[in-house]
Amino acid sequence: MHGGFTFSQSDKRPIYLQIMEQIKQRIAVGDWAEGQPIPSIRQLAVDLHVSVITVKRAYYELEREGIIVTQHGKGSHVASTPGLGTRLNEQELEQHLEQATRIAAQLGMRPKELEDRLREAGDRLAEKDLI
Amino acid sequence: MTDLATDLAVELRGVSKKYRYFTLDNIHLKLPRGQIMGLIGANGAGKSTTIRILMGLVHQDSGEARVLGHSMPAEQVAAKWDIGFASEDMRLYDSMTLGWHMSFIQSIYSTWDSAYAHLLLKRFGLRADQKIKGLSHGQRVKAALLLVLARKPKLLVLDEPTTGLDPVARHEILRELTNVMADDSRSILFSSHNTQDVEQISDQITFIDRGRIIDSMDKEAYLDRWRRLRLEVPLGIELPALPGIIGVEQQGRLAVATANAFVPDLAQAYESTGAHVQRVENMTLEEIFIANVEHSREEVEA
Repeated sequence: MHGGFTFSQSDKRPIYLQIMEQIKQRIAVGDWAEGQPIPSIRQLAVDLHVSVITVKRAYYELEREGIIVTQHGKGSHVASTPGLGTRLNEQELEQHLEQATRIAAQLGMRPKELEDRLREAGDRLAEKDLI
Repeated sequence: MTDLATDLAVELRGVSKKYRYFTLDNIHLKLPRGQIMGLIGANGAGKSTTIRILMGLVHQDSGEARVLGHSMPAEQVAAKWDIGFASEDMRLYDSMTLGWHMSFIQSIYSTWDSAYAHLLLKRFGLRADQKIKGLSHGQRVKAALLLVLARKPKLLVLDEPTTGLDPVARHEILRELTNVMADDSRSILFSSHNTQDVEQISDQITFIDRGRIIDSMDKEAYLDRWRRLRLEVPLGIELPALPGIIGVEQQGRLAVATANAFVPDLAQAYESTGAHVQRVENMTLEEIFIANVEHSREEVEA
């Protein structure tokens, strides 16, 4: 079993994107190590109770992003790229920063103001001992 | 397998059947082995008739139906050893227990898996000593499904297996259906008007409406074709008719366009007219179902 994968109907994204994201999280936190074998497409589909074609799509996209490698007849494994987990974490950070920058622009905020707000957010989290 | 024909669990080619008030018209569909097909349609769309034709229970007026390589209805006796069929009107003997039914099916089918049958009893929360007449609707559906699942047929054909079930029972059944897929030589064809079930477990989807097939294809490719584009349209700008867009609803400066053949160029085409694309959203199968049925009915009536 591969517990911990959950799909939400209130999540507007298709299931294959949700599977991709949850696999990336496993790699980012180190639960799925670089080079480690991962379940076959059919096995993961059975474990997650979703269609084979959906997991196939998720694996295909992850392979295109260089995150997993599938060898015909040998199954799939996490790419043996050193620092893959860190790279995924950084990608996530980039996405959040871009999102924040976009919203700031909509609010007419200058880059300096955004920097200050980021520092303030850091201070608030530090107070709550979250970082 | 090298023979292409044997890689298909189900194939319908140009199947038609005329009734006094309903016509099933020129049905084509293909289900590859090792896959699940969800047949979606409103009540009375033709799902059950299609299923009955491929089971050999109803004889088509024209067209070819092949199931696990057998031509239907001619070879239905040979085909039925490998097909497990369950529908709502399936008759169980009210005064007999579920255990009696299990022994009965076991005595007919050599493929019966006793250990699996007992596992299913537990998973479905059923007891072998229960008489059929004392079962609730959900328990009856699960009992009927247990009786076909434990035979481990190469093809499961299920007419509305989740209709009228509570959410827990629905999940139990969807789980067992996806468990079947651990064996890549087995296939499932089921009908439903619950689009969530179909979206979750199907590899292939077939939309049927008013006796005609609207679409029948790979689910991922299908979902990928549909998008909703949210547009901001400045005053004085008229949205052009674009290929791949099946409908636009506009109120004031906000418009929503529905695409059934989405390509990123579509968003650019709108931008170049002066409209602003705020968001491009994926659609659920439910939303697609409704948009698709409305669109195809408009086309038929036009």
